[in-house]
Amino acid sequence: MTDNTADMAAPASKGKSLLAQDARTRKRNAAETRFKAYGIAALAFSILFLAMLLFAIVRNGVPAFTQTFVNIEVELPADVLDKNGNRDIDDIKKVSTFGYNPLIQDALVAVTADLETDVADGDLKKMLSSSAGATVRNAVIANPDLIGQTVEFEVLASSRVDGYMKGRVVREDLARDRNLDAAHLDLVDALSETGGVTRKFNWAFILGADASESRPEQAGIGVAMLGSVFMMLVVLLLSLPIGVAASIYLEEFAPQNWITDLIEVNISNLAAVPSIVFGILGLAVFIQFAHLPQSAPLVGGLTLTLMTLPTIVISTRASLKAVPPSIRSAALGVGASEMQTVFHHVLPLAMPGILTGTIIGLAQALGETAPLLLIGMVGYIASNYPDGIASGFLDPNSAMPAQIFEWAKRADPAYYERAWGGIIILLLFLMTMNIIAIILRRRFERRW
Amino acid sequence: MPAIWIIAVILVIAIAGYFLARGRALASADADPRKMHSLPSYYGTNAAMAAAGPALLILLAWLIAQPLLINNSLTQYLPADIIGDAGETSLAMADVNRIAGGLDLAVAEGAMTAEAAKNLTVETTDVRAELAAVGVALGSDVDAATLALAQRYRGATALGDILKAVVVIGLSLVGAGVAYAMTNKDFRARRYVESAVKLILIAAASVAILTTVGIVLSLVFNTIEFFRLFPATDFFFGTRWEPSFSGRGGNSDLGFLPLIWGTLFISLIALIVAVPIGLFAAIYLSEYASPRVRSIAKPLIEVLAGVPTIVYGLFALLTVGPLLLSAFGANGSFHLGWMSGGTAAMTAGLVMGFMLIPFVSSLSDDIINSVPQAMRDGSLGLGATQSETVRQVILPAALPGIVGAILLAASRAIGETMIVVMGAGAAASLSMNPFDAMTTVTAKIVSQLTGDGEFNSPETLVAFALGMTLFVITLALNILALYIVRKYREQYE
Repeated sequence: MTDNTADMAAPASKGKSLLAQDARTRKRNAAETRFKAYGIAALAFSILFLAMLLFAIVRNGVPAFTQTFVNIEVELPADVLDKNGNRDIDDIKKVSTFGYNPLIQDALVAVTADLETDVADGDLKKMLSSSAGATVRNAVIANPDLIGQTVEFEVLASSRVDGYMKGRVVREDLARDRNLDAAHLDLVDALSETGGVTRKFNWAFILGADASESRPEQAGIGVAMLGSVFMMLVVLLLSLPIGVAASIYLEEFAPQNWITDLIEVNISNLAAVPSIVFGILGLAVFIQFAHLPQSAPLVGGLTLTLMTLPTIVISTRASLKAVPPSIRSAALGVGASEMQTVFHHVLPLAMPGILTGTIIGLAQALGETAPLLLIGMVGYIASNYPDGIASGFLDPNSAMPAQIFEWAKRADPAYYERAWGGIIILLLFLMTMNIIAIILRRRFERRW
Repeated sequence: MPAIWIIAVILVIAIAGYFLARGRALASADADPRKMHSLPSYYGTNAAMAAAGPALLILLAWLIAQPLLINNSLTQYLPADIIGDAGETSLAMADVNRIAGGLDLAVAEGAMTAEAAKNLTVETTDVRAELAAVGVALGSDVDAATLALAQRYRGATALGDILKAVVVIGLSLVGAGVAYAMTNKDFRARRYVESAVKLILIAAASVAILTTVGIVLSLVFNTIEFFRLFPATDFFFGTRWEPSFSGRGGNSDLGFLPLIWGTLFISLIALIVAVPIGLFAAIYLSEYASPRVRSIAKPLIEVLAGVPTIVYGLFALLTVGPLLLSAFGANGSFHLGWMSGGTAAMTAGLVMGFMLIPFVSSLSDDIINSVPQAMRDGSLGLGATQSETVRQVILPAALPGIVGAILLAASRAIGETMIVVMGAGAAASLSMNPFDAMTTVTAKIVSQLTGDGEFNSPETLVAFALGMTLFVITLALNILALYIVRKYREQYE
């Protein structure tokens, strides 16, 4: 404390009132206040950033959960859709989606008949998603009795119309846009007043499959979610037993020698290796060497297992260490073998802590993206649900974070909204897992 | 016999062994467990483990080794002109494997009888079309030599599969038999079971070593391959990064310097953001904040640590980038014209800095808390204010630990991928302007390795050399940091 001894050497304040602060004290107090203010500022800054992040996610992502639909009444004439008239399903399937497009156009003309517009009849369909034909066709194939009737359909509006309804697309943007004119928007305005155009909650975004680049209105994250689930199954089934077994050995049985040291150093280093390096490992070992299928959740799961193991080992060892030695002594004292002591007494007592650590490790693996880029889970359009358990593990699929990255790379801004929406879903998953972990810890944690 | 059936048979043998051995042990002790060395279930488990353990291990090894051995022995029969060129050999062998696999598939799906597949000739059958019919696409028409090799491959594989089934199931039976024969009431079954369990535990623990070995080997082999195709001096000292996209075209400039420059630049920005904020937040939380503020603020900051990096990446790309552009771009509010696009070193660095705040603050928090209370009390007792105590007593005492934390944060920043892939841009440049687009080692690993996976051009293999340098740098930083932290901890314990 050089400053303070300097004070004593030159007692400048002698003779003055103790209540009046001298200049030096004031300076020191001011420094104290400033220092404290820096701390508060740093804290406020980080919390402000967190708030900004959450605000951006919610504001940009929530619109993805609703979607604009157009209600049209489509006539399904038998002479177009079923030329032979015998309702043979194979004949009906021969009519492609192009065969349905004129019917939809007629329906649109009918809807807009009493509205004044200078949009040509042929251009009306720009208001609809190009998936409209497929929607109607699928309904007809599912139920051929509809042929000959006039059926009300709710088809997806095009992404531009959807963007206009959500305020993302404004009229000025459309000046150089081939896909939609301002005149269309007038129609949309008129129709939304009469209920012809509605905005509804979009289950297809949560449960649906990814779509091609030109149809953002159709894209969903459901298939990628399944891919993530299969991957997490692999991670859970492999990393929990291996991680627990490794921790038991290191904590309870390992002798003090160089092999044990080597294992410990390896685990602590692997915990800090960048995740992209695990991606390189997965690519080289599982795909280049073992010829496992690219983009498969199995490979993703194996790669993430290697990445998650150190986390699980570290937390499992901590919870094994927290079980007091008296438990072990008591078990050994009544004649249990070392192995029985561990498996019958120590492990069950450490289980809540182990599960908490595992869930947190899984949550980390669920959000990890970089290794998945290298084993080919990006760039693949996850447009089909897996057929069964085996194909769920082995067929190419995407994963939630990979799907979000894929959407963020696409050119259409409508996909950005999907990416933010996907992040909301991903964060909900992570939040649920973390809350379960916290509850487990609160509910079962024992203080010895 | 497919592997899954062999496994099923082994499991049946193991279960049968369990009950037989358990019964035999009980019978030898007149059904009185008190006369036995171990609990009855241990005798059963011992037999089941003897039946399943070695057999499954051999099966696994066989599954991995057989294709490699067969491929190796067939390579010598390849046409003489392509032996010696590693790339062409592996391509030719890949063709052979594809045709063999395709023929097996055709037989399995009933498109061909086993006899027909065996006697296939190039003259009488269009092999390519036949295989395309079952969904196996071949790059070119099949020539006689390749087909002959494929047939040889199938023959060897069929023989190997029969041998495998016989050996593995035989081993399982022998194991069960030996365990059964040894079983009687004095047999120390528990000892055997427990040492087997211990072996399993050791195997699980060595997965960590295997992973490291796997990382090192996959990096080293491919890096050596890369340096055979591309001069090492051009890689380490090249100042231009311009890979050609024609695949095997050559003429690529694969200089490492612009990438490491971008990496270090962005990491530096991130640390300039994260270190002061994280450190001050940690100091405030541990020295000033009331327990209530601490119990609210600390979890809030740690939420930032749980957010996946893809979220930060998207935030950089779609929110921070445009925000910075509107401030520092040519048409921005300050009319500075420093920035020409939303993706820049600054964008990625800022967001990465925020990502690192919880990392720095929670590590520093631990370290500051582990400074003995006596030192604080001594300083305060001498009349120092709280900030003087922090600056002149606590920080110097905690300095090695804090340096360690900063090194760990730097290693995180250097290895971070998603934020730079999405926020920093793709152009490699040696620019000094933080508002320029830059690229990093991790971003280029991603861009060189996504796409199809033919590992024979320098443009692809360079990613492994980049991965190797990244691995070495982060490893060195981690070891240094751990060393500093550990050394410091010992001082106060």
